[in-house]
Amino acid sequence: MNALKRVVIFGATSAIAEQVARQLVSQGASLFCVGRNNSKLTAIVNDLKVRAGASQHIEGFCCDLVNIEQHQAIIERVQEVLGEIDAVLIAHGTLPNQQDCENSVDLTLKEIETNALSIISLLTLLSNYFEPKQKGVIAVISSVAGDRGRQSNYVYGASKGMVSLFLQGLRNRMAKKGVDVITIKPGFVDTPMTASFNKSGLLWSKPEKIAQGIVNAMVKGKNEVYLPGFWWGIMFIIKHIPEFIFKKLSL
Amino acid sequence: MKKPLSWNQLPRVFSEKVHALSYRQEPFSSHLPKPFLPYGNGRSYGDVCLTDEGTLLLTQGLDRFIEFNPVTGVIRCEAGIILADILALIVPQGWFLPVTPGTRLVTIGGAVANDVHGKNHHVMGSFGQHVKAFELWRSDGTVLHCSPTENTNYFKASIGGLGLTGLIRWVELRLMPINNPWMWVQSQRFQNLDEFWPLNTQAEQNFPYTVAWIDCMASGNARGRGILFAGQHAASQSTYPVFKEKTKRIPFSPPFSLINPMSLRAFNALYYRQGVKPQGALSHYVPYFYPLDAIQNWNRIYGRHGFYQYQCVIPARHAKDAASRLLEMIVKRKDGSFLAVLKTFGNKQSVGMLSFARPGMTFALDFPNRGTKTLRLLADLDTIVQEAGGALYPAKDARMPAHLFKSGFPQWETFSQFIDPGFSSNFWKRVSA
Repeated sequence: MNALKRVVIFGATSAIAEQVARQLVSQGASLFCVGRNNSKLTAIVNDLKVRAGASQHIEGFCCDLVNIEQHQAIIERVQEVLGEIDAVLIAHGTLPNQQDCENSVDLTLKEIETNALSIISLLTLLSNYFEPKQKGVIAVISSVAGDRGRQSNYVYGASKGMVSLFLQGLRNRMAKKGVDVITIKPGFVDTPMTASFNKSGLLWSKPEKIAQGIVNAMVKGKNEVYLPGFWWGIMFIIKHIPEFIFKKLSL
Repeated sequence: MKKPLSWNQLPRVFSEKVHALSYRQEPFSSHLPKPFLPYGNGRSYGDVCLTDEGTLLLTQGLDRFIEFNPVTGVIRCEAGIILADILALIVPQGWFLPVTPGTRLVTIGGAVANDVHGKNHHVMGSFGQHVKAFELWRSDGTVLHCSPTENTNYFKASIGGLGLTGLIRWVELRLMPINNPWMWVQSQRFQNLDEFWPLNTQAEQNFPYTVAWIDCMASGNARGRGILFAGQHAASQSTYPVFKEKTKRIPFSPPFSLINPMSLRAFNALYYRQGVKPQGALSHYVPYFYPLDAIQNWNRIYGRHGFYQYQCVIPARHAKDAASRLLEMIVKRKDGSFLAVLKTFGNKQSVGMLSFARPGMTFALDFPNRGTKTLRLLADLDTIVQEAGGALYPAKDARMPAHLFKSGFPQWETFSQFIDPGFSSNFWKRVSA
């Protein structure tokens, strides 16, 4: 059981992260919330402050995590504010338009920078923070889309796939150091990021439900978590379709 | 995601688009078809929250607290937060909602827009009287800060304004102090309405919360029998009982209504015979105020055809006579209501131009939808209401005729000057025609 008393959330304005933050605050945690959009971040931090008890500290920090040169300074700032860090959740990301990416190298690389490279930068610095402490939790929201490249969104999928693979290696390294590295793979979640999708059907979940699964995985120190769990079965099938068939499908 | 309907599943109308708001200051309007209509948690019973054109603006994502001062008891929060979330925050800190409807699953924006009332109307008035301020977004992009002293007309128009004056983005509310989460509740049977009135007058003098349940399947000598419940927030106790909330859910809509004359008669007879507690007992606030919240999707017991709510208010001078006539008609048609609730409103003046609560008596009923048979009964009840100078509650209406609305809400024309030209609802199109 990991105690989640001082937690950093990167991408705190994402709908899933906000629900995670509320659940952590209701369990007594102090939070350091990093977000890109200042007015959204302020709204969320104010809400969390109202929900928090007098002894809990809630701090907001506005920056664009694509600027990786700032990452070290952010981690130092967190330590000034929270003292120790028990856990981090990396939740920032964008959902690129696949067709636009196909017509633009710049856009493709920018999306990979946001959804993969900036996360890898944070992971590198954070693992060096946690390693000597011999404890801690690093949770990252990857995606089921990272399990197999598909024509409909392989720029996003490749970025998430890089993150998932990086986390596998990091988990392997950190397993001996007492640090839990958790890969979260949500399926379809009803959030503003997916506003343009038709959300009828049983595959869609609410962010509150995904957040419960994330907090649970962080407390228990799980490894790879599909949320909701049935996505493990769906992705098992998708991963095992032979490539000569898969390439003809329109997934 | 299912297409939004209201809680009684009637009428089945769908807007062109549905847009989920997630940040109150985020612009959204440019690419969406008008008219707009805010939709909170879908707990009203009818079409005040529905439009068959334009865009429904879902406010559930605007569910953040902005500020809470536990010393003064003033809270400011976004409009889409539900009362249950507010209670979870404030009750442990010794505060309570000054007015609460019979479910805590409504949004605070919806509570303002329908100027809801509770069992304590005779002491506290309706919800709008405790609203300090709110922010109103208009479809031309202007943002109005409304309070009893600023933009007063928009304040009065939007309280009970059915979401037509624009989008309420946040609400500031004055709370009420309590000692603990417990209620002291007394219940007492009465044999008929003649017995009810003096009992009710007495209860109103001694208790801030009163409400009566009427057995509307009982006929003959038993007609008008029921139970009067009176309550107050409990004083500090040396020890408190243990309370654990249990919820159940109705998993699906049966093809037909489970509410029928046979089940109704059995339920009402059993309910009447429940152990009353004239000497009083402690009850946690959750089961006291929100008994139906314990059964998720309770609306499904009425089956796929849905149901109608019917809630009227009758001015005090005609209250006794009209209550008796309404009940007589319901009993005669044998189409009784599952929960028939009678409550007297006090003399507190409501703030809103279209506020429903006014001095007199209110009677709330629900009827499974049996098509024209049900509509005919409701139209006959309308006649009694209109003759007595009463009105129907827009939040619970899916069918009232325009003439009844206009006679029941004489300020409707003044109100209509403050409607946002980019907002409309099916309710409004019907009653203003």
